Amino acid sequence: MGRARTIARRSFLIGSAAILGGIAFGAYKLEQEPENPLRPGKGETTLNPYLLIDGHGITIITPRAEMGQGTQSTLAALVAEELDLEWGSFRIMHGPPGAAYANSTLLVAGLPVKDYEERSSIQQMFEGILKKVPKLMALQATGGSSAMPDAYIKMRLVGAAARQVLLAAAARKWNVPVESLSTQNGVVHEPGGRRASYVELAPLAVDIKPPANPPLKPASEWRYLGKSVPRLDQVAKVTGTAAFGIDTRLDGMLYATIRINPRLGGEMLSFDASDAEKMPGVRKVVDLGNGVGVIATNTWLAFQAVQAIKVEWGPAPYPPETDAILARIEQAFDEAPNSSLRDDGDTEAAFSAATPDDVVEAEYRVPFLAHTTMEPMNATALYAGDSMRVWVGNQSPVINRDKAAEAVGLPSDAVKLITPYLGGGFGRRGEYDFTRYAALMAKAMPGTAVKTTWRREEDITHDYYRPAAIARFRAVMGKEGPIALEGKIAAPSVTRQSSLRLAGFAPPGPDRGLVEGAFDQPYGIADYRVDGHFADLDIPVGFWRSVGNSYNGFFHESFMDEMAHARGLDPVEMRLRLMKGVHEPSRLVLEKVATMADWTGKTPDGVGRGVAFTYSFGAPTAEIIEVRDSPDGIRITRAWAATDVGVALDPRNIRAQIMSGIIYGLSAAVMGEITFSDGMVEQENFPDYDALRMNNAPRIDVEVLENKTRISGIGEPGTPPSMPALANALFDMTGKRARTLPLNAMFDFA
Amino acid sequence: MELTINGKKHRIDVPPDMPLLWVLRDELGLVGTKFGCGVAACGACTVHVGGQAVRSCVTPVGEVNAPVTTIEGIGTPDSLAVIQQAWIDHQVAQCGYCQSGQIMQAAALLADNPSPTNLEIDEAMQGNLCRCGTYPRIRAAIHNAARRLRGG
Repeated sequence: MGRARTIARRSFLIGSAAILGGIAFGAYKLEQEPENPLRPGKGETTLNPYLLIDGHGITIITPRAEMGQGTQSTLAALVAEELDLEWGSFRIMHGPPGAAYANSTLLVAGLPVKDYEERSSIQQMFEGILKKVPKLMALQATGGSSAMPDAYIKMRLVGAAARQVLLAAAARKWNVPVESLSTQNGVVHEPGGRRASYVELAPLAVDIKPPANPPLKPASEWRYLGKSVPRLDQVAKVTGTAAFGIDTRLDGMLYATIRINPRLGGEMLSFDASDAEKMPGVRKVVDLGNGVGVIATNTWLAFQAVQAIKVEWGPAPYPPETDAILARIEQAFDEAPNSSLRDDGDTEAAFSAATPDDVVEAEYRVPFLAHTTMEPMNATALYAGDSMRVWVGNQSPVINRDKAAEAVGLPSDAVKLITPYLGGGFGRRGEYDFTRYAALMAKAMPGTAVKTTWRREEDITHDYYRPAAIARFRAVMGKEGPIALEGKIAAPSVTRQSSLRLAGFAPPGPDRGLVEGAFDQPYGIADYRVDGHFADLDIPVGFWRSVGNSYNGFFHESFMDEMAHARGLDPVEMRLRLMKGVHEPSRLVLEKVATMADWTGKTPDGVGRGVAFTYSFGAPTAEIIEVRDSPDGIRITRAWAATDVGVALDPRNIRAQIMSGIIYGLSAAVMGEITFSDGMVEQENFPDYDALRMNNAPRIDVEVLENKTRISGIGEPGTPPSMPALANALFDMTGKRARTLPLNAMFDFA
Repeated sequence: MELTINGKKHRIDVPPDMPLLWVLRDELGLVGTKFGCGVAACGACTVHVGGQAVRSCVTPVGEVNAPVTTIEGIGTPDSLAVIQQAWIDHQVAQCGYCQSGQIMQAAALLADNPSPTNLEIDEAMQGNLCRCGTYPRIRAAIHNAARRLRGG
């Protein structure tokens, strides 16, 4: 491989990002602040896009989807800390879609760099530009474990600046120097004893210009941040009063469902709805082009009616059977790689020089996976001819609003979109298909609100799946570990497909997502190379909790284990040696988890332990899984995890997210598999696409470290190491190496 | 047809084979009970009929011949049931979508068995799926609620 081509493959995205930022939009535009999307009503005041104050009190806008990860409570804590509010004395609201709520860290995460390395000055410059581009694109999205890195400084500044403005308003009201005033729990105090609440002062503060860079409290003075504060959504979520999208209730509402071609992306050739139309309570059958929908007086009736429609479906635009699909992915190895984002030393020379006894090789395969959020896909819309309102749990409100508008032929500003709680997201609700279909259904019934709910069967068979992937790894082993390591990964590109869908263009150059979790791991190996191969396949794929890390973590860390066992090395110690001098916080989480589990590298008969480590989304995370044989089958008994998020804003919530990520990952590793036959997904509902239940979920212990300098999010990093750690534990107990997921094909679980 | 739900009588006019879930959600607006699968495989729709936990998504309303209790009927934000308070104290919920069903299933368990073991909790709760993986805290909250209900 020529050096010049390698460099080109590494640098193209950085170059195109710079063009996007610096030339296409013009540097001056990057500095413009988007307008405040809040439209205060009578008696309401807004000081910035994040604060709405009225006679009842203060509402903090927490403009990220609350899908279980606790983000809205921690976002509120960032503002409340600096604004000096009593915990629980304010309300929170997701707020409207708006460029002001753009997520500045999303594009940075796509940079083809190893996150654990220090940034060069030129990379820092590109990062600076890339952090401003999302505002121009109104890229408001929840995903990529990015909410906290994006908000950590921004939302504290919002709180601090608003506090300064309110202090200035009080100083003006009382005609006293601002320095003489203080605040306590939402009230300004004056030494003479006068007091004024923020609610009283807000209307007087609207014309006061906020300071650009107000001082922030030192961490030593925090009272909410760094502490485990009660999440603000808990009472609603245990009383059935939390409103999820599917719970939207409107006057005169009708209920709908859809049935789209199960050969994904295929056409509908014809349909006969005469039986459905005769069913009492069915109001309308809607031709959606690639499927049909039914509007009825209740959801159950809509479900029955849609299944009574006879449809002739066109073929799928991909090979109809799983074997042929995997063969297509395998073919990608024959093509030149899309990327070689790690190419240290000279692996080819190392393998040429190696003696065959020192070479270890393995091939791994993982299947397509569905998200299966507990709340099936749904959205409610009220189309009124010249405007529309949409209620939908979603992870990308601007895109969802714009696509809904486009579907019914309205301008974006004629559509109002409300984001209630999400009954799970995991990446699925970053898409907009459910919103678009609901808008089309509502357009068929102008003036009437229509709630479109998918049957679980429709949800599982019409997902944007985690892609299947294949990896080929080989290594030259020295005495203490690998001296050369090469990984080749082939998969359909999530980045490419989702960029085309969501943004209308696919970024050229190397696809980081395809190889993340493999090329960017903090191991020092002299000759170390990772190639990504694009598989050209039209099966819808999308962001699934931890994205590329979800398969590359399994590949890379299964192979780490194989390398260690090939030389009789301890898999913890071998990794610790490889991390030494590369990234100390990573080494420390691995050391920590070994201490937590009392790792000795030895287990009695009938017990197995496996370790794995993945650096993903900025958070190095190490996990140990324990399995035990039992008369009922193999049980996953224990899990230990250590992670480093830099700054742990809410330790209890971080631990909960790691547990959640582990159970999500183990569910996939044990039993998750989407297969195709006749172009259709074969799994339809939980009986054939299940997940771990209480009886087979392990006890989990988590420690959160803060040795890293930069803050990172935690919704995803728990997932990638869980799968290889389990496979490695099974090898430890049984001597059988699983190179294909799910594991229930090879092992009997209890 | 007449149904008693959370102590209140309702007259409804629906086909008898309509599942109780959709009567609650679409006809009566009691949306705390959730739709998850429609085939009794996830437990999100769990309610009590005559004190027994049932999957309302596969329970024809015509066969309901005892009073129904839903999540709205066991406690409210201003007047929480002991089990709901235990859930809050353990900060169980993540997305929260499955928790109505989890709580109703757990409440039925505790009514039958005031001191369940881990194994008995696993037995009773394994029909209730949670994709956020809140199981460790659900189990802890059930033990906590059991202690409080026993007056311990």
